[in-house]
Amino acid sequence: MTALLEIRDLKKHFPIHKGVFSRVAGQVRAVDGISFHIDRGETLGLVGESGCGKSTAGRTLLRLLEPTSGQILIGGEDITDLDAKALMPFRQRMQMIYQDPYASLNPRMTAGDIVGEPLTIHRTCAPNERNERVAALFTRVGLRPALMHSYPHEFSGGQRQRVGIARALALNPALIVGDEPVSALDVSIQAQIINLLMDLQDEYKLSYLFVAHDLGVVEHISHRVAVMYLGRIVEMTDKLSLFEAPLHPYTEALLSAVPIPKSGARGRKRVILTGDVPSPINPPSGCHFHTRCPYAMQRCRNEEPALREVIANHLAACHLHDSGVRLPLAKAG
Amino acid sequence: MLTRAWNSDLAYNFRTSPVALASAALALILLIAAAFAPWLAPHNPMDVASLSLMDSFKPPLGMADADWSNPLGTDNQGRDVLSAIMYGMRISLLVGFLSVLFAIVVGIAIGLVAGYAGGITDTLLMRVADVQLTFPSILTALLVDGVISAALPHTMREALQIYVIIFAIGISLWPNFARTVRGSTLVERNKDYVMAARVIGVPSWRIMLSHVLPNVIGPVMVIGTLGLGLAIIAEATLSFLGVGLPPTQPSLGTLIRFGDDFLFSGEWWVTVFPGLTLILMVLAINLLGDWLRDALNPRLR
Repeated sequence: MTALLEIRDLKKHFPIHKGVFSRVAGQVRAVDGISFHIDRGETLGLVGESGCGKSTAGRTLLRLLEPTSGQILIGGEDITDLDAKALMPFRQRMQMIYQDPYASLNPRMTAGDIVGEPLTIHRTCAPNERNERVAALFTRVGLRPALMHSYPHEFSGGQRQRVGIARALALNPALIVGDEPVSALDVSIQAQIINLLMDLQDEYKLSYLFVAHDLGVVEHISHRVAVMYLGRIVEMTDKLSLFEAPLHPYTEALLSAVPIPKSGARGRKRVILTGDVPSPINPPSGCHFHTRCPYAMQRCRNEEPALREVIANHLAACHLHDSGVRLPLAKAG
Repeated sequence: MLTRAWNSDLAYNFRTSPVALASAALALILLIAAAFAPWLAPHNPMDVASLSLMDSFKPPLGMADADWSNPLGTDNQGRDVLSAIMYGMRISLLVGFLSVLFAIVVGIAIGLVAGYAGGITDTLLMRVADVQLTFPSILTALLVDGVISAALPHTMREALQIYVIIFAIGISLWPNFARTVRGSTLVERNKDYVMAARVIGVPSWRIMLSHVLPNVIGPVMVIGTLGLGLAIIAEATLSFLGVGLPPTQPSLGTLIRFGDDFLFSGEWWVTVFPGLTLILMVLAINLLGDWLRDALNPRLR
């Protein structure tokens, strides 16, 4: 079975211009060669610190940003080099939900027009059926159809995010990229939106790429999780393996930062990273993480670890596992 | 809809601002006087047959020999000054409105494209605007007017002169609009709702017109109002210099120029009243524009 979405060695570098003649002085390696796939009805969580390139990855695979290199395949078809016109049928199959529910809705359009615009653009239904379709979408995401005539500023944050979800659903997409879709919402509203997204997934067999930095939310919604650090995926596996037995020191540090209601609930010790994330303009040699890694060896400074299958279906990019798997990381150190 | 407009912040601000109310009232009176001149004016100044040299240089009310049939006096040909002013305002306002409209359309189109496309397109268009801004706008208008008038055949010149003036003044004003629209577009195009439109597959021209434009139009209204004052003055200046509208279509500027000849011989009213009208008109428009700018700018509240 071909995957719904497949990304092969995707790179997105932003050139830095300097001086009068806009000389290219360097590259920000926001996304530096990532590969993954998402199956139908599956949620892949993409996590990492701010600035690790996870949002850029989401935007690049939707062709909102032109990829520097690599391939994007939807249902086995390569869309990397398609022009705007040829891309239109694929636009119907992949949609996006945004982080800021205040900026993602045009303040000058009514909620009904916002949700109905994709229907008009793609001519998926006759103009006289449009209102009916929009009303049905409103009902599906838990909004009263009477609110179609309201403007975004009349909605609460949670309601706005529901309008954004209705807009994304309008074209019956197969894949929805969620760019931190709940991180700007109150915790109580977060749960409602997450549950709505999961209900919709069951109903329409939707696939999600869920970009987030909140591991608790990711653990709840994802089937598989990919961890990004400085533009690269350092670990990727199913949710259970990742949260119970991380293979990469960075994942271990991230997980230990998740607050747990009971003391010692999972018997993990706290790993506190020192220093800041290095600049993606001049990433460190060898393993990008060696400057902050508590287990760094001489080899890590020179040799770049490949992302490989350390255990069955569990990918990690770390030299620690080169001579046999070390688990758990902390004890074996 | 009407009650909503009445209760909006802007309407409330308007109702409670004496300057806004006074200038709006003044502008409205002048606008009505101009628009309904054929019905309101005591005489028809364009009708040469009704003019009598016997009536020439009648002084305005308050001076000896004045009467109510010519409240602001008459000029050297016996033309009623009040009527001439009312008909002159029509031309001045028409030229002002149309040239600002022209500048707005051109400015918005160039500003949107430059701001949305970015890169080399943006650089080229904005350098053109910058170069034009280094010249005083009246100089640009004079130049454009001169070049086009010279290119037109003699017979068509008078009939087309009003459009040439509108074009010349419009061209001299567009960079202001283009720069403002470009600036706001740069901010708007990076917002998520524009990205959402791109994900949906909305074509670029439609994103510019239906998403970005409604969100950048506010400042355009402000500089449009202020620009109207500038355009009216520019037209008056051109007409005063004699390169504006022909005497068959006298605007306020033309009237001021004619009357100027009699200023030192004592018939001051022929030029002073059109001049005062021009001042009041531009003052009312500018005060309205200033009020609109302050009312729409949240930082000044």
